[in-house]
Amino acid sequence: MTDPSDTSLGDTPPEGTHDQDYNFAYLDEQTKRMIRRALLKGLAIPGYQVPFASREMPMPYGWGTGGVQVTSACLVPDDCIKVIDQGADDTTNAVSIRKFFERTAGVRTTEKTGEASLIQTRHRIPETPLEEGQILVYQVPIPEPLRFLEPRETETRKMHALEEYGLMHVKLYEDISSHGHISTAYAYPVSVEERYVMDPSPIPKFDNPKMHQCPAVQLFGAGREQRIYALPPYTDVVSLDFEDHPFTRLRNDGVCGLCGADDTYLDEVIMDDEGTRMFVCSDTDYCATRIEEAAE
Amino acid sequence: MAENSLAGGFAAPAVNSAVAFRGIMMAMAEPGRIMPVSGGIPPRPMDSAAGVLALTLCDPTTPVGLMPSMDQPAIREWLTFHTGAPIIAPGEAEFVFGRFDEMADFTVFRQGTSEYPDRSATLVAAVASLENSGAVLRGPGIKESRALNLPDVTPFQANAALYPLGVDVVMVAGGDLVAIPRSTRVEVE
Ligand SMILES: [Zn+2]
Repeated sequence: MTDPSDTSLGDTPPEGTHDQDYNFAYLDEQTKRMIRRALLKGLAIPGYQVPFASREMPMPYGWGTGGVQVTSACLVPDDCIKVIDQGADDTTNAVSIRKFFERTAGVRTTEKTGEASLIQTRHRIPETPLEEGQILVYQVPIPEPLRFLEPRETETRKMHALEEYGLMHVKLYEDISSHGHISTAYAYPVSVEERYVMDPSPIPKFDNPKMHQCPAVQLFGAGREQRIYALPPYTDVVSLDFEDHPFTRLRNDGVCGLCGADDTYLDEVIMDDEGTRMFVCSDTDYCATRIEEAAE
Repeated sequence: MAENSLAGGFAAPAVNSAVAFRGIMMAMAEPGRIMPVSGGIPPRPMDSAAGVLALTLCDPTTPVGLMPSMDQPAIREWLTFHTGAPIIAPGEAEFVFGRFDEMADFTVFRQGTSEYPDRSATLVAAVASLENSGAVLRGPGIKESRALNLPDVTPFQANAALYPLGVDVVMVAGGDLVAIPRSTRVEVE
């Protein structure tokens, strides 16, 4: 089969229709039903990793095939989707995934967080607060927060079953004693409804507090590892910490060189051949919107 | 095979099931929120919302159980024809269809295991009506609280006490459905 995200295939089909060479949203109906059942169990047991039989997708695993499969199972023709890669809408990866769903599902696309009904993301949560009715789909490389302590799946599954999270706390505490703070800056583990410890995917820990009591539905898909998990809206999601070392968000100290924001997650970029550096918002839509608003 | 067992399926399966699933998913994500679903018409006395759920989620890999009120030839034939799901004893099934009063002891259905709590039954329970008044629901998916006219709070309280084990309940009335997953804590008004 040809690659539906291949932009050389010609124009995308007219708005509101999808390419009839593909089933709606690409996946076959039986696969979507299997993913849909897993999503419902995931929502019923927030933070618990539901196994599913991941399918080959016409893109490499590193491109977020778990997220793509979850999105495919959730999409309706009326959706307007946004795809971000580390906060940016315009990377090859984000553009290809957006194109893929334009072609196979006939959905509208946007770069505006507020206009999107479904946002697929790799490694960021948008700065614009999400709203009720929106769905955020995370691409997850390693879904198991205990994997670095225990390589065996049978053992980590037991640890979750018995709520054996003591070792996790010990490891974090050791991290504090050697660094003076918890050095984990990405994929910082969270506790969901005081039951399951969950990997939030490699978002910066700056984004962790946005998951707590979020009005949107949050869905997580790990393609290679074949796991789906979920957070319903208004779910308690607390970053693991200690009384003497409370959780801190951590961001590069500075303001965005483009829009002047002093409260966003910043990327350091090199501006010219002399190596001049500047901090800019990682969320390109948020930054561009602030610049537009300032110009008005 | 009765004529009506061939009718009442999705006219456009891929799109009908996508739209229906979105309704079911938002119901499960927001317990107590009443969602309309449409596109399928099962034989009576099965509610259309229950039929739509079956068309959307059931297939040859999901054993289905029928409580006595639903265990009728027309419903069996309809489910078999449209979903291919094997019909087995309700206590072993992944999806169980019945009237709420036939299913009020949730513990006879699959509860999942501590390592795989997802391997639990989803009960599709018919009630006379659904409205947002009465018992008070709290938990994930609910901002503060939401009211729902539960026929009885006791089985839901016992179910929530088993968390993360337990069943997930979808109550149906006509074309509407509402979900009460095991994570929902229920109190009398
Ligand atoms: Zn900026």
